[in-house]
Amino acid sequence: MTNVLELRGITKRFPGVLANDKIDITLREGKILALLGENGAGKSTLMNILYGLYKPDEGKIIVRGKEVEIQGPNDAIAQGIGMVHQHFMLVPVMTVTENVMLGIEPVKNGVILDKEKVAKRIREISDEYGLEVDPTAYIKDLPVGIQQRVEIIKVLYRQADILILDEPTAVLTPQEVEGLFKIIDTLIKAGKSIIFITHKLKEVLAVADDITVLRLGTVVGSIDPKEATSEILATMMVGRDVNLVVQKQPAKPGEPVLVVEDLFVRDERQHLTVQGVSFDVRKGEVLGVAGVQGNGQTELVYALTGLLPLEAGTIRLLGEPIHHTTPRNILERGVAHIPEDRQRHGLILSFPIHDNMMLCTYYKPPFARGISLQEKAIFSNAEALVKQYDVRTPSIYVNAGNLSGGNQQKVIVAREFSRPIELLIASQPTRGLDVGSIEYIHKQIIKKRDEGSGVLLVSSELDEILALSDRIAVMYKGQIMDIVDADKTSKEHLGLLMAGVHPSEASIKN
Amino acid sequence: MSNTTTPAPETGKKEKKSSSIWQELLVPVLAVVTGLILGAIVIVMSGENPFRAYGALFAGSFGSPVDFFEGIRIYFTTGETAALIKAIYPFTESLVTATPYIFAGLSVAIGFRCGLFNIGAEGQFFIGALSSAFVGYSIKGLPMIIHLPLAISAGILGGALWGMIPGYLKARFGAHEVVNTIMMNWIAFRLSDWLLNGPMKASGFRPVTPNVEASAELPRFFSDPLRFNLGFFLALLAAYLVYWFLFKTTLGFEIRSVGANPDAAKYAGMNIIRNFVLVMFISGGLAGMAGASQVLGVDHWVGQGFSAGYGFDAIALALLGKSHPAGVVLAALLFGFLRSGATDMQSMARIPVDIISIVQGMIIVFIAAPDIIRWFYRIRTAKKEETVLTRGWGS
Amino acid sequence: MTNDNIQINSAAEKRKRISYGIALLLVGFVIYLLFGLNTQAGSLTTFGLNLTSSQAIKVPDLIVPALPAIYMMAAISVFAGAYQLARGVRSTGWLISILAFTFVVAFLMWAAQDKSFNLTGMLSSSLVRATPIALAALCGVISERSAVINIGIEGIMLMSAQAAVISATLTHNLYVGLIVAIIVGGLVAAFHAYLVIRFKVDQIVSGVAINIVGTGTTSFISSRFMQSAGDTLNNSGTFPIISIPILSKIPVLGPVFFENNLIVYLTIILIVVVHILLFYTPWGLRTRAVGEHPKAADTLGVNVYFMRYVNVILGGMIAGVGGAYFTIGSVGRFDEIMTAGKGFIGLAAMIFGKWNPIGAYTSSLIFGFADSLQVKLQILRVPIPSEFLLMAPYIVTMIILTGVVGRAIPPAADGQPYEK
Repeated sequence: MTNVLELRGITKRFPGVLANDKIDITLREGKILALLGENGAGKSTLMNILYGLYKPDEGKIIVRGKEVEIQGPNDAIAQGIGMVHQHFMLVPVMTVTENVMLGIEPVKNGVILDKEKVAKRIREISDEYGLEVDPTAYIKDLPVGIQQRVEIIKVLYRQADILILDEPTAVLTPQEVEGLFKIIDTLIKAGKSIIFITHKLKEVLAVADDITVLRLGTVVGSIDPKEATSEILATMMVGRDVNLVVQKQPAKPGEPVLVVEDLFVRDERQHLTVQGVSFDVRKGEVLGVAGVQGNGQTELVYALTGLLPLEAGTIRLLGEPIHHTTPRNILERGVAHIPEDRQRHGLILSFPIHDNMMLCTYYKPPFARGISLQEKAIFSNAEALVKQYDVRTPSIYVNAGNLSGGNQQKVIVAREFSRPIELLIASQPTRGLDVGSIEYIHKQIIKKRDEGSGVLLVSSELDEILALSDRIAVMYKGQIMDIVDADKTSKEHLGLLMAGVHPSEASIKN
Repeated sequence: MSNTTTPAPETGKKEKKSSSIWQELLVPVLAVVTGLILGAIVIVMSGENPFRAYGALFAGSFGSPVDFFEGIRIYFTTGETAALIKAIYPFTESLVTATPYIFAGLSVAIGFRCGLFNIGAEGQFFIGALSSAFVGYSIKGLPMIIHLPLAISAGILGGALWGMIPGYLKARFGAHEVVNTIMMNWIAFRLSDWLLNGPMKASGFRPVTPNVEASAELPRFFSDPLRFNLGFFLALLAAYLVYWFLFKTTLGFEIRSVGANPDAAKYAGMNIIRNFVLVMFISGGLAGMAGASQVLGVDHWVGQGFSAGYGFDAIALALLGKSHPAGVVLAALLFGFLRSGATDMQSMARIPVDIISIVQGMIIVFIAAPDIIRWFYRIRTAKKEETVLTRGWGS
Repeated sequence: MTNDNIQINSAAEKRKRISYGIALLLVGFVIYLLFGLNTQAGSLTTFGLNLTSSQAIKVPDLIVPALPAIYMMAAISVFAGAYQLARGVRSTGWLISILAFTFVVAFLMWAAQDKSFNLTGMLSSSLVRATPIALAALCGVISERSAVINIGIEGIMLMSAQAAVISATLTHNLYVGLIVAIIVGGLVAAFHAYLVIRFKVDQIVSGVAINIVGTGTTSFISSRFMQSAGDTLNNSGTFPIISIPILSKIPVLGPVFFENNLIVYLTIILIVVVHILLFYTPWGLRTRAVGEHPKAADTLGVNVYFMRYVNVILGGMIAGVGGAYFTIGSVGRFDEIMTAGKGFIGLAAMIFGKWNPIGAYTSSLIFGFADSLQVKLQILRVPIPSEFLLMAPYIVTMIILTGVVGRAIPPAADGQPYEK
C-alpha cells in the first residue's frame, strides 16, 4: 500500500491568524481520508494550499513519493489533483459542456470551440461512473445534486486520480447523500483516492478509511474509524466534551402568533420560488422549517419580513394582516429577524458596534430626539448589550467587520432580543459558527421560546432542526410537503420529505 | 463587500488621536504634491519652465506678502486703500473661487455617503445658476431681505429638481445614476443654449442673461474690484450643516447606512427609494447653490459654458476630502487657490488652465489608489482602506 | 430549478399590460391631434431615395399623401393598443417597436409635408453617426464581458481622436493616424486596467479620472499647440469613401451600406468578429467565465487577471478606432470636447444591446437614427427649437436605462475586483 499524497509541516499565516500550523496528513492509494474539523479549523485553507489557490508559508507537498511545487490550479491538475469545492465553481449561465471544457478547450478549424467532442467525452464519463447528466443543459436549470455531479465530471475530465471533496454533503438531502456515497464507492473501485472534508461525524464514520481531525489549525490526531465513535470524534474536534443535545422543557404552545395562508413569492429573478405555503406559529413553540437549501426557505423568510413582495396569499401577525406593509412596520409589530446572510443583511460591517446595536431602532427614543441622534444613549445601550450577550470586543467603537463570525452573530442576537418581540424568525442562525457559539445561540432561541415568543427556525442542518423544534415543516420546491411533530418523526422520514416524496409514501417507506 | 466611501470616522469619536488625523491627511497631501509634480513634468514637456509657471500660480493665488505689508503701511500713513486692496486681491479672489467649490464638493460628497455617484453636479450647477438669475433679474422692486433669499432658494430648488430626476430613475428603475446624470448634463447644456438665445436672453448681441437686480446680489465686503462676498460664509455654514445632518441626525444615519450596505438598511426598515431620491435632491440642491453663489455673488449674469468643469472638479473635491465636509472645505480651498492662480499662470507663463484638470485627474487616481502613493513614497503603515463606491450597474 | 408552471396572474403583469395598451392608444391620439390636425389635406410628402453623389441606380422618389398616411399610423397605434388591452401580448419589444414606428413615421409625414425629404440620405447618415457609438459600445461589451466597467471611454476617444489627427497631419498619412489612435486607446485602457486590477481602484472612479485627464490633456494640447498651428497639426483630411463594386449600385441599400469610409466598414467587421470571438472561441468562453464567475475560472487554471488585461486593452483599442472616427473619419480636425457624450451613449447602447456585440450595434443604429433625424429636421425647418431636437439622443438614453424597454442582466461579476 503506497501513499499517493503526503503533506508535511504545512504552515499558513494570514494577518493575525495562524490558519495552518505544521500540518501533516497522509492519503493512501485507493482509500478515503476524512478530514474532520469545525468551521474555522483550517480544513479549507489546507485544501486550497494543496490545490494551489494559496501558497503555504512553510512545508512540502509530496505526490506519489516525489516532492512537488504547486503554484496554481494548473499545477495541481497536472499532478492529477482535482477538487470539488464546497461552493460550486460553476458558471450558472453556461451549459454543462462549457463548464467542463473551460480552461482546456479543444478546437476545430483552428479557433472554433469543439463542443461535440467534449459532450461525447462527458457521456463516456457519465456511463463509466454512473454520473448521469445532460451535457447541453444549463447549470442554472439543474438541481444542486446534479450540479455536484458536474463538478465531479469536471475533475474526472481532467483525469484526476486524487479527488478532494470539500463539505460535499452540506447541500444534499439524506437520500442524495446516499447517492453521493455510491458514486464515491465507484470512484474508489476505479482506483481513485479521495480526501473527504466534513464536520459531520456520522458521515465520517460511514465512509472513511482513515480519519484525521483538525482543530484551530493543527492536527489533533488520526484515528481508525473502527475504533471511533461520534463522542470520541466530537471531543477531538472541539477539545472538550460536547453536549450534543439542547436541554429544553416540552413546549407550552399558546395561541397562534403568525398565520400564513396560501403564500406565493417570486424571487429577485422573478422565479416563483414559494408556491402556496400555509402554516402557523404559536406562542411558546419553535416551528422548524427543514429542507435542502434553495427550496424557497430564503424567499419565505424575506416575504415574512417584508424584504420581498408577495405574489399572493396572506400573512397575519397576531390576527393583523402584515403582507402589504413595510419592513419597518413589521419590525415595529414585534418581529425579530436573525437573517440568513448576516454580513449582507444583519450588519453594516463598516459601522461601529454601537451603531449596529441600534440599527433597527435608531429613530426612536432614547436613541433619537426628533431627528437628533443621542450619542450618550447609543453608547450606553451598546455597552450594556455587549456585556449582557458576552460579545468579545475591545470596545463598542470597533467596526462590526472586525469581529469574528460568532461575535457578529451575537451582536445581531443582542440587537434583535433587546426590543420586545412576539415572533422570532431565525434563518440559518448558526451557519459557519464554532461549537461554543452554536450552543450559546441555541440556548438563546429556546429562552425566547420559553418567554412566550413564537419562533420560526429555518435551517438546512437537520440536526439543528431536530434539536430545537417542537414541530417541523419540510419545504421542497417552494411547497410545504408536510408538518410533523418533532418527537414523532425521524431523520429518515424528514429526508424523504426533503427529497419531495409525498408524505403518505414517505411513511410507508419508513 | 461594504460600500463605504471612506474610512473616515463615522461619528465624532472623542478618543481620536491627533496622530491618526495626520495619518488621514498624509495620503491626500502626498497625492496633491505628486499631482503637482506630474503637472510640472507636463509643463516641462510643453517647453516651459515649471518654476516660473508655479511661481505665477502662487503669486496669482496668494499675492505677495511684501505688497501686503506695503499696503498696510500706506493705509496707515496716508489712509489710501488702493494699494492694500491690490495686495489682498489675489487671496480674496481665491476664496471667491473656492466658494462654489465648497458647495459643489459637498454635493458630490453627500451622494457618495449614500452610495450614489453624482457626476451631474455640472448640469445642476447650470440649472441652479439659471434659476437664480431668472428670479434675480425678472423680479424688480423687492427689498434685499426678501429678494436675495428668494433668488438663492430658486437656485437650490432648480438644482435639486434636476438632481432628483436621476435619483428617482435610480430608485424606481435601478437606472445607473452615473450615465443618467451625465445625460442630464447634456440636456442642461442644450436647454441653457436655448434659454440664453431665447427666453432669457438680455438685449444685445451676446447670448447671456440680463444682470440680476442689486437686491438679489450677495453682499460684498469690500469695494470693487474685490468680489469677496457673503457666499463664502454661506458655504462654510452649509459645510457645517451637512456635517451635522450626516453624522448627528437619524436622517443622516439612514443615508450613511444605505450607502454602506443597502441590504442591511432595507432589513432595518429604511426606505432605500426615499433615501436615494432625498440624497439626490439635496445633492442637486447643493450643486444648484454653487451655481447660485457664483451668479449672485460674483458674475451677476449667466452665459454659455458658465458651469464648465465644476462637475468633475466637484468629484475630485469629494474624493480628496474623503466625503467628509471638513475635508471637502480644505480641498475646495486648495482648488480655489489652484484655479485662481492658474488664470494668472495662463496670462503670465502661457500655460493653459487645462493643466489643472490634468493635475486634478491624477489626484483622483492617487486618492482612489492610495497604494500607489504608499508604494511611491515607501510608506509602511498599510492601513486597510476601502474605496468601493459602486457595484456594477446596480440593476 | 423553480417551477413556473403555476400561472399567477400577477397584479404587476396586469398593470404592465394595461399601461402598454393605454400608451399605444395615447400615441394614436397624439398622432391624430399633433400631426393629423396640423397637416393640410391633400399635401404630399416626398421621400427622396437617391443620393446625388451616389453611384447607385436611380429610382423614382417615393411620394406619399401625408394626411392619409398619418391617419393610418394613428389607426395602427389605436388598433394595437385596443388589442393589447383586450388580449395582451407577451413581447414588449414588439409593442415598443409599433409605438416608435407609428410615431416616427407620422412625425416625418407631418414634418416633411409639401417638402422633399431624403430618406436614403438619412439612413446613410444614421449608419455613419452610429459608428462612434457602436465602437464605444463594443469597447464596453468586450471589457465588461470580463467584468471590468470602463466608463472612461469618452476620455479614451478624445485622446485617440487628437492623437490621430496630429499624427496623420504630421505624416500626411491617415493610416498612421488610425494606428496611432489604436495604440493610444490601448495604452489608456491599459492604464485603466492596471489601476483597477493591480490597485483595485474603484472602476467608476478610475473611469471618471480618465475622462478628466482626457478632457484636460486634449484641451491643454489643443490650446497650447494646435490653435496656433492649425495647418501643421490639425488638418489631416479624412478617409475617402470606398464604393464596393456592384453592391453599391443597389438602390437605397447601396448608398447606405456600400458607400462608406474605412472606419464605418471596419466597425461592421469588428462587430461580427468580436461576436464570433466572444461566443465561439476559447478566448470568448474564458472571457465570459471570468465575467460571470471569476473564481470558477481561476480554479480551472484560467488566469483571471490576464484575461481582464487583454479584454480591457482590446476594448481600448476599439475605442481608439472610435476616437479616430471623430477626426480623420469625419471632419479632419480636432475640436475640444468634440465627443459630446458619445462614449456614454455607447454605454447605454451596450446595456440596451444586452452586452452582445450585434445587439449593441443595433441599438447604436437607433441612436444614430435619432441623431441624424435631428439634423434633417433642422434642415426642414420644423418649428421646434433645434436645441430640443439635440436633446433627443440623451433622452432616449435615459429612457432605455430605465429598463422599461426590456431589462438586461449584466455579467454577474461586472464591476467587482477579483480577490484570490
